Amino acid sequence: MSEGQPDFLWRSPEPRRAYEVVIVGAGGHGLATAYYLAREHGITDVAVLEKGWLAGGNITRNTTVIRSNYLWDESAAIYEHALQLWEGLAEELDYDLLFDQRGVLNLAHTLQDVRDSRRRVYANRLSGIDAEWLEPEQVAEVCPILDVSPDVRYPVLGATYQPRGGIARHENVAWGYARAADALGVDLVQECEVTGIEVERGRAVAVRTTLGRIAAGTIGLVAAGHSTLLADLAGVRLPLQSHPLQALVSELYEQVLPCVVMSNAVHVYVSQAHKGELVMGAGIDAYNSYAQRGSFHVIERQLAAALELFPLFASASVLRTWGGIVDVSPDASPILGPTPVDGLYVNCGWGTGGFKATPASGRTFAWTLAHGEPHALAAPFSLDRFATGALVDEHGAAAVAH
Amino acid sequence: MLIPCPWCGERDELEFSYGGEAGVPYPADPAALTDGEWAAYLFVRANPKGPFRERWVHAHGCRRWFDLTRDTATHEILG
Repeated sequence: MSEGQPDFLWRSPEPRRAYEVVIVGAGGHGLATAYYLAREHGITDVAVLEKGWLAGGNITRNTTVIRSNYLWDESAAIYEHALQLWEGLAEELDYDLLFDQRGVLNLAHTLQDVRDSRRRVYANRLSGIDAEWLEPEQVAEVCPILDVSPDVRYPVLGATYQPRGGIARHENVAWGYARAADALGVDLVQECEVTGIEVERGRAVAVRTTLGRIAAGTIGLVAAGHSTLLADLAGVRLPLQSHPLQALVSELYEQVLPCVVMSNAVHVYVSQAHKGELVMGAGIDAYNSYAQRGSFHVIERQLAAALELFPLFASASVLRTWGGIVDVSPDASPILGPTPVDGLYVNCGWGTGGFKATPASGRTFAWTLAHGEPHALAAPFSLDRFATGALVDEHGAAAVAH
Repeated sequence: MLIPCPWCGERDELEFSYGGEAGVPYPADPAALTDGEWAAYLFVRANPKGPFRERWVHAHGCRRWFDLTRDTATHEILG
């Protein structure tokens, strides 16, 4: 327990039998949704139901990278909204998030990488997002421990740089939102698994849970890798597949890595936590899984790439590895908005990139639940885009492998 | 993970590529489908927690496709 920290940051009430809004999933996005419902829409008759413990899923399993340098306008708009919210979030929640805008490098290793990266820089600038193209020697100035010599297997031909990108301490984000939502009257209910969704004449009216039936005016499913299982309960099929996404940390080292470094081509992204661990993420395991673990060869490949880029890491030891379950959509963009069942909304499909979006996801989803129609920033990410064909294709375009 | 190729026997997962849900037929009359039905065929696949019938290809071996059933909660291969 940290010094000066109270024993509990939120109540753990028994759920009431009915709420105006029920959020399923007490991860970062669910907690943020509840907070903004209460804070910005005055809707405090809200429960957040969590089958496990608060913030036990992807919110505390990600690699905490925050950036907004996505290629397409729709993505750039919602991730940049998130970044702007991040910039004031610790103050708003009155909780230290260790948000640190240390900059994000996205490396280019091939001529095609260079072309795609420069195109993304130009697109970002047109969207008002800070983005720069750096030549290899400039990359070395930003990150001196990166090997930019030309005679390596994956030479660094340059990088895009977003100085406002960075990292935050992920569990503090969940706790900060949880504490603030609780203080505004939201019930955070843990160890309460949703086992059924009651639909009457095309409208969702209640959830059945391990703690009994709970009626709801509006239901929002915010369950990441378990989203399809919940939607199936209401007869809604979502175009999502659940995959493991693995990450690892090293032992503690003195600060050697001044920024976040990501490489699409070699499938690794690295930052150094304030405590000193090197935090690295990989690409997803190819197969469907709910096991919260993946295959060793993915970690092996990720470390091989990291050692190539950072020769200094050769002496580092891996302290632990873990996995989360990410819900990947066909266009690698989220699904946020109404479903064919009235009163039932989803906020899912964030795949490998949800952490950075947490504030904007919560804020736009809260607006969507409060108004019964999609927030302008969320509208391009509606479920019906798969039928209309208006996909937001961020596969391979968003600066990192998905 | 060791994957049993029906022709080559158990081999390391690294030799294989994944093909997702098995047994999804191409629509008999695609032109007759609504946009929603076509979207469902293109984009929606089962995503169960538990036994899952799925496609694999022995890409770095005999290069044949086959189906198997694997538990997505435990990674146990059921046959």
